[in-house]
Amino acid sequence: MATISFTDNLKRHVDCPPRELQAPTVMDALRLVFAENPRLAGYILDDQQRLRKHLAIFVDGELVRDRVRLRDPLQPDSRVDVMQALSGG
Amino acid sequence: MASTLRIGTRKGLFIYEKSAAGWRCGAPAFLGEPVSMVAVDPRNGDQYTALNLGHFGVKLHRADGGSTTWTEIAAPTFPTTGDEDGPTVEQLWELVPGGDRAGTLWAGTIPGGLFASTDRGESWTLVESLWNRPEREKWMGGGYDQPGIHSICVHPGNPHLLRIAVSTGGVWESADGGASWTQIGRGLRAEFLPPDMAHDPAMQDVHRLVSCPAAPEQMWIQHHNGIFRSDDGGHNWTEITDVKPSVFGFAVAVHPREPGTAWFVPGIKDEYRVPVDGKLVVNRTRDGGKTFEQLTAGLPQGPAWDLVYRHALAIDAGGDLLAFGSTTGNLWLSEDQGDHWQCLSNHLPPINVVRFD
Repeated sequence: MATISFTDNLKRHVDCPPRELQAPTVMDALRLVFAENPRLAGYILDDQQRLRKHLAIFVDGELVRDRVRLRDPLQPDSRVDVMQALSGG
Repeated sequence: MASTLRIGTRKGLFIYEKSAAGWRCGAPAFLGEPVSMVAVDPRNGDQYTALNLGHFGVKLHRADGGSTTWTEIAAPTFPTTGDEDGPTVEQLWELVPGGDRAGTLWAGTIPGGLFASTDRGESWTLVESLWNRPEREKWMGGGYDQPGIHSICVHPGNPHLLRIAVSTGGVWESADGGASWTQIGRGLRAEFLPPDMAHDPAMQDVHRLVSCPAAPEQMWIQHHNGIFRSDDGGHNWTEITDVKPSVFGFAVAVHPREPGTAWFVPGIKDEYRVPVDGKLVVNRTRDGGKTFEQLTAGLPQGPAWDLVYRHALAIDAGGDLLAFGSTTGNLWLSEDQGDHWQCLSNHLPPINVVRFD
């Protein structure tokens, strides 16, 4: 199973524990999480469903390339980390 | 006279209450979070606080009147367009109650979207009639990367009559509750533009627009390069020149019953923006801009480098109580229309917005 986890700095705003899931892309993984946690969506994606500009997502330690559609593929055992960038403070 | 003063800062919301012991601030709310706007709906006491979480976007919270329990509600959000470069709300920059019943709200935003809610902020609708105006192509960022709606004046006797101001994008009017819009603002002048474009109403950098509650056709503008007054609801403007120490500033407040009485916080223009000669003054006119008094009692006369943002000067509904705060975290209050100022704090975070309940 793949896992997705979120920066600790989100916890003061919205509950977002790590989750195991199966999804072909980063966006598919996020959609699964948002289906259970709709309030989290607006913290990760902007009005056009793009990754917010001061967030970064790593898949197996590599930065995602597609910040607009988040179509970066996931492996069955990928680790997805949603982090805040040091910019935007 | 109001007894509650809300201060929205870079690091939280601070609420001052007047008691026999004076003005005192309780524990901050949203500590650590940038507060871009605050509002209270006087019809039901609902309190609103808008946050600009740099990483996580714009958020809006509401508390019932008298409560300190905040609940996150929907923030204004653009519809998805499918375009890679479609708009997203960057900041909630004005929030006012409107309409003819409690819970109706208007929100101004950066990048220039106007939003309406009729259900206490549970849901928002983009006012497409304004967003789709072709003149919006001329709007530009005024101090930010994108343009923004910072002033919304709802006529107190006619909730369908609205005037808004955009930085930069001039003044707009709707007489039908936002269904349609007209650009107004004859007489506004943009010194920063080539002469043949300087009077284009769509390109004016209006820093702040206010109207006198008792005489709503009487309006004031603090503009990027001057002070302007209108006697006809913003259709025509008279430029007020020769104001000492400066015509430049961001904020303006108008007396609730005396339209010729208004206050400004002058600074050195354009990129400096700090007080002239390092002396912090508040300018007051009581004759529609013919003459001004420089009010200094209780304000630092040197050197002081306080900058007061467009939403950081406020007057209460009674007309005697004023407050203003700076990006240096200093907060002053006057109980006599500015004749004397008391410093409530030198240690707040940078102040974005000041409002009396």
